[in-house]
Parts: sequence; C-alpha cells; structure tokens
Amino acid sequence: MIFLRLFWEFFKTGLFAIGGGMATVPFLFDISARTSWFTPSELANMIAISESTPGPIGVNMATYVGFETAGILGGLVATIGLVTPSVIIILIIANLLSHFSDRPVVVTVFRYLRAAVIGLLLYALWQLLPLTFLDLEKKLMVLPVIAFAVLLFCCLKWKKVHPIIWIALGAVFGLIAL
Amino acid sequence: MSNDNEKTSLWTLFITFAKIGVMTFGGGYAMLPILEREVVTNHKWTTSEQMLDYYAIGQCTPGVISVNVSTFIGYKQRGILGAIVATFGVIFPSLVIITALASILKMFQDNVYVKKAFEGIRIAVCALMITAVINLVKKAVSSVSTAVVAVSALLLQLLLGVSPVIIVVCTIAFGLLVFFSGRKKSGEAES
Repeated sequence: MIFLRLFWEFFKTGLFAIGGGMATVPFLFDISARTSWFTPSELANMIAISESTPGPIGVNMATYVGFETAGILGGLVATIGLVTPSVIIILIIANLLSHFSDRPVVVTVFRYLRAAVIGLLLYALWQLLPLTFLDLEKKLMVLPVIAFAVLLFCCLKWKKVHPIIWIALGAVFGLIAL
Repeated sequence: MSNDNEKTSLWTLFITFAKIGVMTFGGGYAMLPILEREVVTNHKWTTSEQMLDYYAIGQCTPGVISVNVSTFIGYKQRGILGAIVATFGVIFPSLVIITALASILKMFQDNVYVKKAFEGIRIAVCALMITAVINLVKKAVSSVSTAVVAVSALLLQLLLGVSPVIIVVCTIAFGLLVFFSGRKKSGEAES
C-alpha cells in the first residue's frame, strides 16, 4: 500500500530531521536509495524547485516527492506524515510550557536561549551573504549591494510597510537590473 | 484554553497561517520577518521574545521550524484544534501550489527570469533579516552575559561548525548553571 508507506517514510523523516527544512534532505536521499520512487537526480531537481516556490522548503519537498510518487493524494499523505511527529512533540512541549513558563528557572534558561537564537540568526544571514552578493568568480557584485543598502534603509525607515512589499520590490529589481 | 483568547476564530488562524505560507521564501530564519509582522504586530498573538523561544525549541525538536511555530501559536490561541488548523494553514499553500504547478514548475526551474527574480528576493530577505536582528537584539541581548551567549553561538557555528542543536543544548545547560549558582550565592548571602 503506497500511501501507508509514503506516510511512514515521511513520518520518520519528520521525526528525525532536527533543525528545520534542509535537515530533511539527507533523509530524502535515503528514501530514494531504498525505494524506487525517485532517483537522486530527480530529487536534486525537486529540491531546487522547492527552494524557489513559496512555502517552507521541507513541506514543499514532502508535497513534491509525494505527488511525483503517488499523485495528489500522495502529496497530501507525505506532507501530513512529515508534520505529524512535530505537531505531537510541540503540543507536548507547549502544554508543559503553559504550566511551567513562570518558574524562575525556566525564565532564566529562556533568557539565554533567546540570545543564542540571535547568534543562530546572524549565522543564517552570514550564509546568505555570499549567495546574494558574490558572483561566480567570488567578486562583490555592485548592483545588489546598492539595492541592499536602499532596501535596508527603507525597511528601517518605513517600519509599517509589510515585509512582502520589500520582497516584491526585490523580485522586480532582480528582473529589471540583474 | 482561557476565555479571553476565544475571539480568535479557527478561520482567522487558518487564513493567517496560509498567508504566511504563501509569503515564505526559503523557510526557517528567512521567514522570521513575515512571521513577526503577521503574528506579533498584526494579530498580537505572541511577543517577539516568545517567537525567539519558539525558534530555540524548533532548533532542537524534529520537523520544519515554520510548522513548529504555527503549532505553538495555534495551540496558544485555540488549544489542540487551533494547533492543527494553524499547521494545516501553513502547509496548505505548498500543497496547492506544488500539486497544481508540478508539471509547469519543471520548465520554470531553469528559467532565467525566475532566477533573476530570486536573486532580487534574496537581497530583500537579507535587508529584512538585518532589520529583524536589530529589533530583536534590543529585546534579547540586555546584559553582558546574554551578549556573550549570542556572540558565542555565532562564533561556534562560524568557526567550528557546531550544530545548532548542540548550541541550544549547551545554552540550556549554561542557563541552568547560572540559575542554580545564582541561587546558591543568594542562599549563602542570606545565611
């Protein structure tokens, strides 16, 4: 029964891929190696497409792989399989937190965790920089840097404007100038 | 769940998270500015500080971070049903877009205009992420010790390639150490 197997494979992926969307990639290659659902090169294409369509990458990949394997229902089943473990685990944590979040020890631990997440955010940004501002010869591209400076200024000055507007402007700039 | 949260309808939860799903490019940290705008600024369902908590928890629990965050906020608003509705909301656009466009997407993939648009989107995402960091630093880095933790988390990843899971676990250990050594000291001072 293909749907049960799809659910089970993606359930396992959702359970063991810790740390967000891209963490699912090694598990998908593993599925490809063990089943005849898709080849590694098909998977590479699916990852590229998942990165360039709206929505979280991990969810996109589950939908895509499921759809290519077993049609519309396959996409649905794979995606539900992927999110089921995290929904259950987060529900347990959210329930515990709602009882213990006022405890001084929990408050202290989260004070430091928030600071650590700032460090992780900066690292994510650091990884994005060469992709955005360096060309194939690793030279700084002038136009994107100028556009970045202008957009950053706008983001900081007009805080009420919805972020999607700046993203749309970025896309338009890319189409016209890059 | 408490009564004062009952104003949030399941439909609002679904639509808001479906909107977030549509506006997400890349996922994870890149979607933080969109999440903050919709969930913190517009709906006031949570605070920026709690959003960072969810990210920290999402780092060391299984699954996609945006799914973890929607489960958290849905649960906070409307209990288990809210968690399921919010999560379904955030995955709904992916289901529709990928299923409807899968055959066309293959043609899109190598399209030069799509590539250019995404190069431009990445520039905007960088600017939005820096804006988010500037706002969050004020809230999350309030003392020397929190600044040390933030810088160490960055450097450990940058220089040593330490995984975020390890960083979160070590930070929890550090927080516990600070808490219990602080309590011991104040206990000694009292006696």
